[in-house]
Amino acid sequence: MATLRREIRIHRSANDVWTVVGRPEMLHLWFPGVASCTVDGNVRVITLGSGIPMPEEIVTNDSIQHRFQYRITSPLFKQHLATIDVIDLGDDTCEVVYSTDAEPAVMALVIGGATTGALEELRQQFESGIGPALDAVAASSVHPGGNN
Amino acid sequence: MGRKILFVTTDQQRYDTLGCNGGNIARTPVVDALAAHGVRYERAVPQSVVCMPSRSTILTGQYPSTHGVWMNGVPLPVDAPSVAAQLYRAGYRTALVGKPHFEPFLDPFGKFTENSLSGQGRETAENQPWFDGSTGPHRGFEHLEFATHGGAGQLHYARWLMANHPEAIGMFYPVLDATFEVNAAGGGDTNAPQVRMNAMPKEWYHTDWVADRTISWLNSLQADDDWFCWMSFPDPHHPWDPPESEIGRINWHDVDLPANYPTSAAEREAVLDAKPRHWRKWYDGELVSNYEAPKHWVPATLTADQLREVTALNAVECELIDEALGRVMAAISARGWGDDVDVIFTTDHGELGGDFGLMFKGPYHVDGLMRLPLIWRPAPSAGLQPSVVSRPVGLIDLAPTFCAIAGLTPADWMQGTPLPVHDVDADQRGIDCVLTEWDSELFGVAVHLRTITRDGWVCTAYKPGYVHDGTEGELYNLADDPLQRANLWGDPAYAAARRDLVAELWDRQPPEHSPRLALVAPV
Repeated sequence: MATLRREIRIHRSANDVWTVVGRPEMLHLWFPGVASCTVDGNVRVITLGSGIPMPEEIVTNDSIQHRFQYRITSPLFKQHLATIDVIDLGDDTCEVVYSTDAEPAVMALVIGGATTGALEELRQQFESGIGPALDAVAASSVHPGGNN
Repeated sequence: MGRKILFVTTDQQRYDTLGCNGGNIARTPVVDALAAHGVRYERAVPQSVVCMPSRSTILTGQYPSTHGVWMNGVPLPVDAPSVAAQLYRAGYRTALVGKPHFEPFLDPFGKFTENSLSGQGRETAENQPWFDGSTGPHRGFEHLEFATHGGAGQLHYARWLMANHPEAIGMFYPVLDATFEVNAAGGGDTNAPQVRMNAMPKEWYHTDWVADRTISWLNSLQADDDWFCWMSFPDPHHPWDPPESEIGRINWHDVDLPANYPTSAAEREAVLDAKPRHWRKWYDGELVSNYEAPKHWVPATLTADQLREVTALNAVECELIDEALGRVMAAISARGWGDDVDVIFTTDHGELGGDFGLMFKGPYHVDGLMRLPLIWRPAPSAGLQPSVVSRPVGLIDLAPTFCAIAGLTPADWMQGTPLPVHDVDADQRGIDCVLTEWDSELFGVAVHLRTITRDGWVCTAYKPGYVHDGTEGELYNLADDPLQRANLWGDPAYAAARRDLVAELWDRQPPEHSPRLALVAPV
């Protein structure tokens, strides 16, 4: 089992950022290399840029703690748990921490490495106010900062 | 019309695998002839001993600290400086055929251009948002056709093989195992790691494919085009699985053990114990600090016969490269370009090849990995005399050399200097020193080395890491100890030399890329 952690500070409130992170069907709108995703109950299937489908089980979607967890259930992995925490820093900014625990260890590096780009994309969209994830939130009539 | 440039790289080739460098296993008459008519460098040193940082140095003319690719798995930014772009802007036609590896191969997200081009059926990247037409479609190259060490994956060679000879895909040794680690499974007659008998016909093997595609691109050019072609062979990097039809060239039973292979375990262990701790720990299977060596292979288990077989197969791969280069040279002559083409032949880094009982590569700054083949056959029309250069030079000097050949002033961002054409030239220009770096941080194991090669010394200082406290080092006198068996770092008799070398080593450290680039894949 290997464990990796990536984090980024975003100059938007934790509530705002959670409106995207807490919406599992929006992952492809802020995670580079994820071409699409579908959600059915607690099962999410993402399709990677290479065309590989990757089934996942949503383990936690806690809008109070701002914690989202999922497991990749593809046979490529013996074990996997990803945790995204959106931590309120108290000054209208937040820290987003994306942790990856996985076996085989190499896959932790491959998946965990990609989260670096995802966090940067999330920061860019929120700090510029422009981006497909924000558009999707607006289109679904969810007010940014809401805590649904 | 200016001088054209054929830049030939191999992958992980030792200095002593060429006949012109004293090798006596592989027959390399084509490269030997280039050396006889050109400049042969006896102390060419990489700035990193693994692929991605070293190849990025070749392209950018910068140290790894500066271009930012500090270990394998860190992609070179698409807007990084590129000597190919310099040449393209100057009117050169530019191509890269073979192994690129400026971006990670393990790429299930499909994020990297190198991996996505062939899937798009393309040989350029003109459709990318960063393409503005001024620097060539991708990294300064207008034509890209890629291959790596087997038939799997997303590159052009793999797709060509799948389309034309799908039955051959599985003939290669599987580079990775079921857990995506570098495979330790044995094969051949001796069960040596990364060895397989490959039933593939020679004509389908990637060495011939790279030469074929290079010739095809050259034949697409106009007679008066100036061109820069980087022909990048994936071999003789492991796996050692050349076409079985060719392995009869060299009977491994007849191969002498390498000069730096201590034949008794006690001798190997004594030599390793005189070096910083990670050497012996790797040998004993207690610590694998980097991804590039098979995680589940223990060097102490290497037998003399396994080493003979690997050495023979490696030599077969070197012969195939030499013959493929011969075909490309013939094609160049057939186009009437023979007098106007500069040929530079080198590799990205070396291979331990049995030295000290070790194989593959890692944070070990010794000749197996650090002394590279480098031959520059200037265009005959330039009228330069053949020579041998003994002063240390680096792969970092290639980019400014390409500029000089093309009649361009090397760019300000290049940190090397055009290669000297003889030792007097080197001395007159103060070329006497070259630096090498190692940084790796893999699953909590960090190793950081800085090395200076100067005045017949190789001196490596260790920064604090997983098994190092920052006081360790290695100091070798290349004249007295060409096999680097006696580490003089702690010898009081050499304290003054060590102090002087370490002071210059730190004084010469290049500026660091900021922010630090992220590790996003193992390789």
